[in-house]
Amino acid sequence: MPVLEHRPTAPVPSWLPGATAPRTDPAPLLPDPSPVRMLGTDELKDQDPALLLDLYRRLVVGRRYNQQATTLTRQGRLAVYPSSTGQEACQVAAAMVLRQDDWLFPSYRDTLAVVGRGVDPLEALTLLRGNAHTGYDPLATRTAPLCTPLATQAPHAVGLAHAARLAGDPVVALAMMGDGGTSEGDFHEALNFAAVLNAPVVFLVQNNGYAISVPLAKQSAAPSLAHKAVGYGMRGRLVDGNDVVAVHQVLAEAMEQARTGGGPTLVEALTYRLDAHTNADDATRYRGSDEVTAWQEHDPLLLMERRLRDLGLLDDAAAAEASEAAETLAARMRAEFHAEPVLDPMSLFQHVYAHPTPQLLEQQHQLAAELAAEAER
Amino acid sequence: MTTMTPTRTVTMAQALNTALRDAMREDASVHLLGEDVGRLGGVFRITDGLAAEFGEQRCLDTPLAEAGILGTAIGMAMYGLRPVVEMQFDAFAYPAMEQLISHVAKMRNRTAGRLPLPITVRIPYGGGIGGVEHHSDSSEAYYVATPGLHVVTPATAADAYGLLRASIASDDPVVFLEPKRLYWSKADLDTTGAVEPIGRAVLRRPGRSAVLITYGPSLPVCLEAAEAAVAEGWDLAVLDLRSLVPFDDATVENVVRSVGRAVVVHESTGFGGMGAEIAARVSERCFHHLAAPVLRVTGFDIPYPAPMLEHHHLPGVDRILDAVAKLQWED
Ligand SMILES: Cc1ncc(C[n+]2csc(CCOP(=O)(O)OP(=O)(O)O)c2C)c(N)n1
Ligand SMILES: [Mg+2]
Repeated sequence: MPVLEHRPTAPVPSWLPGATAPRTDPAPLLPDPSPVRMLGTDELKDQDPALLLDLYRRLVVGRRYNQQATTLTRQGRLAVYPSSTGQEACQVAAAMVLRQDDWLFPSYRDTLAVVGRGVDPLEALTLLRGNAHTGYDPLATRTAPLCTPLATQAPHAVGLAHAARLAGDPVVALAMMGDGGTSEGDFHEALNFAAVLNAPVVFLVQNNGYAISVPLAKQSAAPSLAHKAVGYGMRGRLVDGNDVVAVHQVLAEAMEQARTGGGPTLVEALTYRLDAHTNADDATRYRGSDEVTAWQEHDPLLLMERRLRDLGLLDDAAAAEASEAAETLAARMRAEFHAEPVLDPMSLFQHVYAHPTPQLLEQQHQLAAELAAEAER
Repeated sequence: MTTMTPTRTVTMAQALNTALRDAMREDASVHLLGEDVGRLGGVFRITDGLAAEFGEQRCLDTPLAEAGILGTAIGMAMYGLRPVVEMQFDAFAYPAMEQLISHVAKMRNRTAGRLPLPITVRIPYGGGIGGVEHHSDSSEAYYVATPGLHVVTPATAADAYGLLRASIASDDPVVFLEPKRLYWSKADLDTTGAVEPIGRAVLRRPGRSAVLITYGPSLPVCLEAAEAAVAEGWDLAVLDLRSLVPFDDATVENVVRSVGRAVVVHESTGFGGMGAEIAARVSERCFHHLAAPVLRVTGFDIPYPAPMLEHHHLPGVDRILDAVAKLQWED
């Protein structure tokens, strides 16, 4: 919907000083008139079959990962798990479009993308297990810590992308957030900075319809979240977030554009979380089962599997192979998460500063003495 | 601005400008960003001439959004740069609080030391310049209550240079509070000496009767009070903390033990403030050396007043001497 149609597109009158003149015609920035889809279209035939199979396999493994993490949470092995069940297409595609030198800036719901990036599941889940804030080395995989304060990671992605561009490195930063996060001030500031700095950054908004219980209609009156891009002078894209091929395609285009100096893009992916917000949430208080059922019919894994079978790209052997990989991961997660984590109380004082302050040294000695006394009892 | 000879008399503003220039010359990873820091040189001219010398990218005029500025600086630091952020005024740093508290202060800890953030956040603070509301806050209590941040504040031009160089060189984030009413105070500056490490208090005036413990904008007031106290028969020491975090307990203890009486002076509000922390620490550590309770002379617990009333709010010589008079001299 061309929201800015009513804006004058006539040339700027000659008496208007240049600084206040509208700088671009918004039309080329507007999002796709309807969400981009690939799975139901002929364009699917042009895609590399190896890529399609890889995407499928990752969806299968991703779904199993979500299920296993949810089960582990019910068993008390994780403190909390914000599941991305139903959103795996976004998670998988986000991890896939990143090159090794690129950076991912995930939110709390994006552990699957983090694992897809190559981070060990055990390390990716320490935050949610509760044994350490960030269990992985962000520099090793170029993956920022999982971010919980909504949208606050977005400006970090912009700054990193800006610094990379200054260094002449072909690095792109991908920041992930939810629909609710787009209401935060940091989201606005990040998009504005990104556009002004022409930073090589891509913002992926997974619009799953809810911020905990609050539906999108109470979050924003914009025609789409992708429309928000226009106000910043940035391209907005709208994609079916459960069509993994489409998400991959749209993200890849945005990444390429950023990498080649074309600046940032805001991508809105329409999706749905099939699970509750977290294990602690009761989703029946704010949404009906008919809605969930409808989205189950539009399940990203189901859509992909059907299409690939229609095209003759997926047979039972390949499907079995994918589920075997999924079971292997799940078995490993069970084995590793059932073991008790090793915890060091003295680590509380590490890494507050490069060198502990005198005050921290005193407190460290206090805890050490308490622990020693405890050990003697 | 001309290149400085090693020693000359400069204002604090010039000393800060020289520190930024020297740091940028020595280390290409030092980048400045903020509002109006480029062509204008900042509203207080602290970045004067730096965009011209180092280019607009290294002295970047950003959009007007403090959280965005600090958040962007975080990403830049993650990529290996050493950002120095200018907040235009104390009260206008508040929009960046979430980035400061949730990310700047915690990133090293959250990542087990893998992502240190060597960011310096410069904030002109405090009153006494006749500023209208939102231009005179003393916000140090918010920052010192946030583990992971260093908080320093110079009171002299020489310290402004040395502490800013040390802050930029620090691998930890530093909130660098610039007492804006001292921007035009002058001192001799020698830029050839070694950079003073963060975390050391300095005795500005020796004395045997009692010590005034202070920092930043209140230092000149305390020195004046100590001068005036001579006529009353008191020989007051004046201790300049310079670094609020880390806190120099050792020096504070030494001085307090040697004189036995202490008054903490700062212009920010008293309740839950830095003075409360200092009084508690001194009582805990020096109780048997104290001849009187530690007293505080601070701003009142009110929103910063209108400029025509601010002199009633700010600790002045008389209020400090009144506190000194209450230190149980008869005992
Ligand atoms: C600044 C901030 N405010 C509130 C919260 C609490 N909170 C956690 S998730 C959430 C909903 C976020 O919704 P959305 O952005 O749509 O992401 P989703 O959870 O749907 O993936 C809220 C309110 C938070 N984490 N950060
Ligand atoms: Mg949501």
